[in-house]
Amino acid sequence: MDTNLALVLLFAPFLGFLINVFFGKTLGKSLSEIIGTLSVAVSFAVTIYFFLQINQTKQAINIDLFDWIQISNFKVSFGFLLDQLSILWLLFVTGIGSLIHLYSISYMHDDEKMHTFFAYLNLFVFFMITLVIGSNLLVMFIGWEGVGLCSYLLIGFWYKNQEYNDAAKKAFIMNRIGDLGLLIGIFILGHLFSTLDYATLKTAIAGATDLNMYWLSAAAFALFIGACGKSAQIPLYTWLPDAMAGPTPVSALIHAATMVTAGIFMITRLNFLFDLTPDVQSIIAVVGAVTALVAATIGLVQNDIKKVLAYSTVSQLGLMFLALGLGAYEVAVFHVITHAFFKACLFLGSGSVIHALHGEQDMRKMGGLKKAMPITFITMLIASLAISGVPLFSGFFSKDEILLVAFHHNIPLWVVASVASIMTAFYMFRLMFLTFFQEFRGTEEQKHHLHESPSLITFPLIVLAILATIGGLISLPGHSWLNEYLTPILPKLASAEHHLGTTEYMLMAIAVVGGLVGIGLAYAKYIKQNTVPTEDSEITGFSKVLYNKYYVDEIYDAIFVKPINVLSLFFRDTIETALSSLVFGLGKVTNEISFQGKKIQNGSIGLYLLVFVLGLCAIVSYLFLAQ
Amino acid sequence: MNNILNQIGIENYIFLSVILFCIGVFGVLYRRNAIIVFMSIEIMLNAVNLLFVAFSTYHQDAQGQVFVFFSMAVAAAEVAVGLAILVSIFRNLGSITIDNLKNLKG
Amino acid sequence: MNVSLILIILLVGAFATFLAGDKLASKVAFFFGLAAAGCSIVLLNHYNLGENISFINQWITQPNISFALKADGLSMAMLLLTTVLTPIIIFSSFGNDYKNSKSFYALILFMSFAMAGTFLASDGLLYYIFWELSLIPIYFIALIWGNGDAEERKKAVVKFFIYTLAGSLFMLVAFVYMYQKAGSFLLEDLYKLNLTATEQLWIFLAFFLAYAIKIPLIPFHTWQANVYQKAPTVGTMLLSGIMLKMGLYSVIRWQLPLAPLAAKEYMYIFIGLGIAGVIYGSIVALKQKDLKKLLAYSSLAHVGLIAAGTYTLTLDGLRGAVLQMIAHGFVVVGLFYVAEIIFRRYETRAIAEMGGIRSQTPKFTSMFLILVLASVALPSTFNFVGEFTVLYSLSQINIWFAILGGTTIILGAYYMLKMFQHAMLGETNTKIFADVTFNEGATLVIIIAVLFFFGMYPKPIIDLITPSLQEILTQINRIN
Repeated sequence: MDTNLALVLLFAPFLGFLINVFFGKTLGKSLSEIIGTLSVAVSFAVTIYFFLQINQTKQAINIDLFDWIQISNFKVSFGFLLDQLSILWLLFVTGIGSLIHLYSISYMHDDEKMHTFFAYLNLFVFFMITLVIGSNLLVMFIGWEGVGLCSYLLIGFWYKNQEYNDAAKKAFIMNRIGDLGLLIGIFILGHLFSTLDYATLKTAIAGATDLNMYWLSAAAFALFIGACGKSAQIPLYTWLPDAMAGPTPVSALIHAATMVTAGIFMITRLNFLFDLTPDVQSIIAVVGAVTALVAATIGLVQNDIKKVLAYSTVSQLGLMFLALGLGAYEVAVFHVITHAFFKACLFLGSGSVIHALHGEQDMRKMGGLKKAMPITFITMLIASLAISGVPLFSGFFSKDEILLVAFHHNIPLWVVASVASIMTAFYMFRLMFLTFFQEFRGTEEQKHHLHESPSLITFPLIVLAILATIGGLISLPGHSWLNEYLTPILPKLASAEHHLGTTEYMLMAIAVVGGLVGIGLAYAKYIKQNTVPTEDSEITGFSKVLYNKYYVDEIYDAIFVKPINVLSLFFRDTIETALSSLVFGLGKVTNEISFQGKKIQNGSIGLYLLVFVLGLCAIVSYLFLAQ
Repeated sequence: MNNILNQIGIENYIFLSVILFCIGVFGVLYRRNAIIVFMSIEIMLNAVNLLFVAFSTYHQDAQGQVFVFFSMAVAAAEVAVGLAILVSIFRNLGSITIDNLKNLKG
Repeated sequence: MNVSLILIILLVGAFATFLAGDKLASKVAFFFGLAAAGCSIVLLNHYNLGENISFINQWITQPNISFALKADGLSMAMLLLTTVLTPIIIFSSFGNDYKNSKSFYALILFMSFAMAGTFLASDGLLYYIFWELSLIPIYFIALIWGNGDAEERKKAVVKFFIYTLAGSLFMLVAFVYMYQKAGSFLLEDLYKLNLTATEQLWIFLAFFLAYAIKIPLIPFHTWQANVYQKAPTVGTMLLSGIMLKMGLYSVIRWQLPLAPLAAKEYMYIFIGLGIAGVIYGSIVALKQKDLKKLLAYSSLAHVGLIAAGTYTLTLDGLRGAVLQMIAHGFVVVGLFYVAEIIFRRYETRAIAEMGGIRSQTPKFTSMFLILVLASVALPSTFNFVGEFTVLYSLSQINIWFAILGGTTIILGAYYMLKMFQHAMLGETNTKIFADVTFNEGATLVIIIAVLFFFGMYPKPIIDLITPSLQEILTQINRIN
């Protein structure tokens, strides 16, 4: 029963994918939309069933299907593990996935390749489910690379534009750099413990008497590189902003709510490993904090509405990594969930705006939309309040916990994270003010067509806004349902203390004030002074550096891409030719020797005879001398 | 027979044979006329024949003399073929100077 | 069932094709190819039932040469690769019009015959004869039916022929040397030889030269790209799909067990060479303008990794190498076929002259993309199973080998996706691209199905090859 249901859960989206791929055109638009959405909804329904079941039984469900890969010292089976963590992840993957499918019906309706879009989305959900429910690292890796592939396909969905294709390719390749790290981590773990299965790995690590800390740290670090690639952390984050080339529902689903959290999922999954490697944990924490800050600073000056959200995503992911690095996995998971709600809401909202403006993404050409698009405005406002950490919204609770943890472990990290949070509040409200307040700055024609989006678009927005508001309830300070729920996965939680002292309240207050300061600054600048960001060419000074993302893309280009291409040319034109002529040279030498030897055969009988006689003499004298 | 060999001595036969052979060699190497070269080869051949006969007597063994008959017969046959070739070359080229015969060069 | 039956079918098939005349040739060849494939599947069945599949007959008494064929799991797997790919390759060529097609198809079958013989032979000299025999048909196929300027083609093909022939001669010398010691060319007799370390080194190197040129490993690869480019696609498929694997197979079957001391001593050098090939091939592939040449260099990178896997002398390395050999055989045939499909429509192999094909033929694009992804070892494709196992074995030797060898998953993605982007995506091409025909589609679908099936369920192949690889490993480890 469980096995069959798990298979339904997994293969419903895959079936949707197959139907849309093979019969999408014949079925017509509405049928393919319905099938695409339903298939994910079915998964969602099954997930809820499992969720209710596990909430009662507290028993993880282990399903082994068949042996997959055979290595000398262990076997990898194709199996699933449905426990608290994976079901939690499934809930928001399929839940938000369903909402975004619904949204896409309307958003992508005019696209001629609608069925392909739904096919890819379904395929993505399929791989994401595989990633989450795999019972070992290698099955997870199928999903891991699979979602990367879908991300590639969807970023490059409008494949006629080569820039989009470049962005897609970049995303895939940067992910693959991380994937290599992940593979190396898998190799080391397989070598050390002769298993890749989470459950066995956990017991093996717990039972090991003399752990090789060097290799264990190496494995953890390699896995972390994999997480960096997928979850867009420094130094592998540059693909995520570029990935905004894809349709907006894709950005919401893949590049905000689900796929980019895979790294956090993996690290939480392997928390027993990372707990043993404090060095790697501190690296994770520092990388997370720095990423949060760097991405937030870049986000301050971006003018493309989706780019702002993209950098905000990177920054928020950084905060989650900070929590992971500090060993507060449950906090990271909490933030993943709330972030999925409000960031999906923000992306979908921005999609609604872009939709209304017929593809305009530059905030300098927006403004004053709140009247024309009230629902979009209100839902986005709620999400912005949530991300800024305004009390009672979900983001407040999760972000606050991260800051709390950071304060307890390391004050500098807390400062960095707090600054990043203030910046977040600032750029989010900069976005809100520029988009929805003041006068409309677009063309007359656009103004004429301004309209609220249809209900298929606003419905997911409303649902997500509600979730963004109340999502914090799952883990209230002091009494956390989430912590209780995750205790089987994170055994440390059972012994953790839950008390709120003065320090905690003070920190909360600081965070709230910080958030409000950020909002206030944005208000002062963009409402009071009515500033509009300048044209690209007029940006100067440090903001120019920020606007150009610290020139990181250019630096990578100069350090990695260009040298490889130059090397390739060098190899192709010089080395290849040299090697080739070396081989031809061997032939030429043989030819030359033969040519020279030919000259001796000049046909002069006299010479032949002379040589003959001399040879005879030589032989005879040799015979005499030898005696 | 014994007496003659005893009187002259086997060494002198060998000297004579070597001298004849060397004359033949030098003839082959220095002369350009194919017929002379040919004759020089015959001299070398006969120098060897002479040795054969001398040693045959010296060892009191008739086999050597039998060999000489063989080699004389072969030489005669060779001369017949060789001269025929020379005649044909002369007809074709108008001379039998061996320096002109370079058609075989590589 | 007699193992030589397959060879006989292929050989008779070659003659029958030649006699069938130009019109029927392709069909007759296809029929015999299928028959051989069917036969080897029956043979596989017998083998799985535990039958000993071998055939031995004294051939020449002085010197002592036997006509000895033996199929263990490894040979079985390679035989299947050969006999299954041959009909696929023949089928894929149905859309083309070759002049003097009876000779063309006869040569294909003849080549298949020689390669199957190479995989089966268990007598050194017999093996050598098959090895060289397989060179003759591809020489004519590339020379007569190839493309491009005739003079340049001749130059490339003659270079290939002489180069590989010259390399193989060293192998012959090694065999003769061992024969003098053992009094027989039979593999098991050669195994029993107790060679000193120096002798083994020389034998190892002699074999290495032959195999390094055939596989090819850098820096012996210079014949490859040009011949791949100039040969007709069918020839390229035969070369890259099967013939490359002859070299790799021979490393496992002959080189390592016959000279284990040398193999162990200089293991690192040869692994390093393989990995250098991975990186070098990937980087060179990046800037190729010709689709077939790009695929040739990608082949160079992949076989480099496979070779590195074999030289680890571990079960994982050998197993991964064999899995990857089979996977690569299928995927590379598919990719070259894609190049051919594009060529049939656009008359070009220059990537720059393609582009914008996707909107015209989504089916073809999807299949192409799947092959590209399989080639970069996306998990759930067969190639991933092989690549993962090989990289794992490398990581057991030294983690840096795995990291450097693993760059293939980054660089591979880079050049393959770049190629795909410029060949297929972008603004719709003004030139019309007709949709794939039934033949073309069917061929690609079969290949893709194989890749996915074994990607998810490689167990049958793993079970098939593991016992014989273990046996070879015992041979390798016999002197310690």
